[in-house]
Amino acid sequence: MPTATPISRVNDFVVRFANVNGSGSASANEMFARAIMRMGIPVAPRNIFPSNIQGLPTWYEVRVSEAGHLGARGGTDLMVAMNPQTFDKDIAGIEPGGYVFYDSTKPLPLSKFRSDIGVIGVPLTAICNREYTDPRQRQLFKNIMYIGALTALIDMDVKVVEQLIGEQYQGKDKLIAPNIKALHIGRDYALLNLDCPIGLRLRKADKVGDRIFIEGNAAAALGAVYGGATVCAWYPITPSSSLADAFTKYCAKYRVDPQSKQAKYAIIQAEDELASIGIVIGAGWNGARAFTATSGPGISLMQEFIGLAYFAEIPAVIFDVQRAGPSTGMPTRTQQSDVLSCAYASHGDTKHVLLFPEDPAEAFDFAATSFDLAERLQTPIFVMLDLDIGMNHRMCRPLAWDDKRGYDRGKVMTAEELEAGKEFGRYLDVDGDGIPYRTYPGTHPTKGSFFTRGTSRDRYARYTEEGAPYVDNMQRLIRKFDTAKDLVPRPLIANSDRPTKYGVIYYGSTSPAMDEAIHMIEAKGHRLDRMRVRAFPFHSSVNSFVADHDFVYVVEQNRDAQLRSLIVNECGIDPVRLVPILHYDGTPVTARFIAKAIGDHLDALKVTPLKVNS
Amino acid sequence: MTYLAKPKFHHPNLPKNDLGYTHRDYEGTVSTLCAGCGHDSITASIIEACFELSIEPHRVAKISGIGCSSKTPTYFLGNSHGFNSVHGRMPSVLTGANLANRDLIYLGVSGDGDSASIGLGQFAHSIRRGVNMTYIVENNGVYGLTKGQFSATADRGSKSKRGFINTDNSIDLAAMALQLGAGFVARSFSGDKTQLVPIIKAAIAHRGAAFIDVISPCVAFNNHAGSTKSFDFVREHNEAVNRLDFMSSRMPIEVDYQPGTVEVVEQHDGSKLTLRKLAADYEPTDRTAALGFLQHHAAKGTIVTGLLYVDEDAADLHAHLHTVDTPLNTLSERELSPGQAALDKFNASLR
Repeated sequence: MPTATPISRVNDFVVRFANVNGSGSASANEMFARAIMRMGIPVAPRNIFPSNIQGLPTWYEVRVSEAGHLGARGGTDLMVAMNPQTFDKDIAGIEPGGYVFYDSTKPLPLSKFRSDIGVIGVPLTAICNREYTDPRQRQLFKNIMYIGALTALIDMDVKVVEQLIGEQYQGKDKLIAPNIKALHIGRDYALLNLDCPIGLRLRKADKVGDRIFIEGNAAAALGAVYGGATVCAWYPITPSSSLADAFTKYCAKYRVDPQSKQAKYAIIQAEDELASIGIVIGAGWNGARAFTATSGPGISLMQEFIGLAYFAEIPAVIFDVQRAGPSTGMPTRTQQSDVLSCAYASHGDTKHVLLFPEDPAEAFDFAATSFDLAERLQTPIFVMLDLDIGMNHRMCRPLAWDDKRGYDRGKVMTAEELEAGKEFGRYLDVDGDGIPYRTYPGTHPTKGSFFTRGTSRDRYARYTEEGAPYVDNMQRLIRKFDTAKDLVPRPLIANSDRPTKYGVIYYGSTSPAMDEAIHMIEAKGHRLDRMRVRAFPFHSSVNSFVADHDFVYVVEQNRDAQLRSLIVNECGIDPVRLVPILHYDGTPVTARFIAKAIGDHLDALKVTPLKVNS
Repeated sequence: MTYLAKPKFHHPNLPKNDLGYTHRDYEGTVSTLCAGCGHDSITASIIEACFELSIEPHRVAKISGIGCSSKTPTYFLGNSHGFNSVHGRMPSVLTGANLANRDLIYLGVSGDGDSASIGLGQFAHSIRRGVNMTYIVENNGVYGLTKGQFSATADRGSKSKRGFINTDNSIDLAAMALQLGAGFVARSFSGDKTQLVPIIKAAIAHRGAAFIDVISPCVAFNNHAGSTKSFDFVREHNEAVNRLDFMSSRMPIEVDYQPGTVEVVEQHDGSKLTLRKLAADYEPTDRTAALGFLQHHAAKGTIVTGLLYVDEDAADLHAHLHTVDTPLNTLSERELSPGQAALDKFNASLR
């Protein structure tokens, strides 16, 4: 019998499914999360999966939060322990007063559990063996059966699940009835044999609004479709492959000419990342909008080409879905650890534009914008996703597109302008923004052609190895980078309700955890101003934000405080004023972690909460 | 050294091609390669081929990697865009450029270090994808700019200028291209313009991956006794399997060869290749036979030159991808963005 008081909460808890990879649990678990969203309750699911196709442990975590917290919370209130391999560890991860749901076909002795948790057993295997003869069906229906039992245990609206089953198997209609039957077998068993509901309950709410449920990689891929990408070259690598897969799917849907059935796109699965980026650069040089999707090791392989694109000033878009590295294993876990390797990618003096979307909706926006930026700035643009955003379904605002929006193709000199005698120098800065005009190959029979090289060239793209033109060119590239500061998405500032000497800077997928952590920090009486950095190079407001505070925390999901280094380096800020808060074990950063780390730091400094009018 | 301008001054009665251009319109800047370099002869052949084909000079995109050979695109077609890219990576840059605009002519220039060593992978994959291009390797078996190291096409037993003997087996790029499915494979010698110019013309007219391996002696580092890529060695060991005449679809066909020794191949664009067969047992439309012939002669130390293989019905990468006829780089937001209405539907499906 539990010794802790059983947790009793409505619309605010974490359910974690422990499964075996390849057992078909993913779609059942996703349906579980989706049903909660359909009930009007915000939900944030996360996949924790191994580098494996079949057999290793996998988890699916569903955070239910009527308050709308979408970051990982940490801890588990209800463990659906379907994997004997990880059973003991899974039991250990349950919060005191929490619950475990398990397959009680062979009842486990009490010693396998803890005294402070509630144990819920359903003999799933026995029921499946009784109901089905086909081994594959026994496995698959077991998944939907435990969802059925859960609907009774946590008051999930079973009609919503039935509707989702109908939608999921639309077109394969004969699968609908057996799945609904399995759902009810599980549900009926629970209603008949167990105390339903338990302390964790769902209640219909209206906190979802018009939000959608989508993975960041899919949203980014659709952003590339809307942003006019026509060439995609890529090499498979977790966690970015699903971005290229989604682009392929959306192109087939939206980019095939209805009459001729011809494709308004070209996708190449290249032989490696070097070829991927080479194809992107060739296409960008020739005036097409092109991108690749990769992860950290791919970025490492692309270094030489990225430098060439920087110096030769060729538009390119690189989606970097970041992960822990290197090799295999941890790479199926999330990190923000490619910030520096992208910001300063390649040999020679290089700096690159980085965009940091916080969720799928922003991934869509930034993906589309990145193609405008690449052509406006004539340089590679990195869209810095990570596994947490890229490969998990996330609730976010609906994707939006303005039909009046035109693409910014940047400074491209036309045949008419050349014919009219307009001066053309490929690397000539005519208006002080550091961005020269370019011509597409094949524009004019006698004017405007040029030979593309790295740096050994003058303002008219003529070959030279002399120092002065080299320096002239490098200075212009810096002017161009300065121009970028006002073109990229600006940082967003959320000031505290009371004046404070302390601030926090964060970016990307840390966003939901930070938004939640701020409430926990404020509950302790502290106040922090927040800045979410959305791009590099940094807008001048980053400098002033740091200047306006005694010190600023920089929350990141890497070991080396990479964004902090970038701020120190690029804004000339004394490092002691930027306090790193670092989370890098491969799991998404949680509000609990941030609130504790910042709280501990403030306590260690013996900082007394600032009180106005005291 | 900086930019070298060629004098614009020229004879007023230079012959003009169908478009009214002279040879000069197809030239580039003055070569900075060593005097007597085989590569300069190849440059001259490219200029001649483009002039004779009456190609608009700006409709060619010339793309190279790094090395002596990769420097040459500045020396021809001065009105074309060129791209001196990354060592061994010309094929990927060319592939991307080709995808962006299918209407230009793509000329990839590479060397044996660039294509057989560092870039062997990209060479292979661009060929197997059937990228519509003319891929020329200016093959001298040696690294020139870094002073005479062996490349991967150097023959086993070949002696370097410093006296080292190459103990590694050599890579035969033409044989590889055949094996990888190239639609057009030829080998020639930089010193044999009569053979090379028609081959380049035919390769440009070919749709799909056209590969030409041109043996091009390095006068600085690989033209001594003991080298198998020297002028003397190649002249002595060259066995030309055919002599090619190229006729564009516009030209009348003149066949003045004896029946039985002439083979006419018509390419997709209507151009005709007339092959005067020198080796009676050579069959240029049979990939397997071509490979066997090549290997048989390589074992005897003979360098087989000529049009080794042509598939007149070859398809290119755009055909494989079913891309639109309009170049992708000209499509606008109207054609590319599905619009808000489609997005509304998409959003609705995600709730």
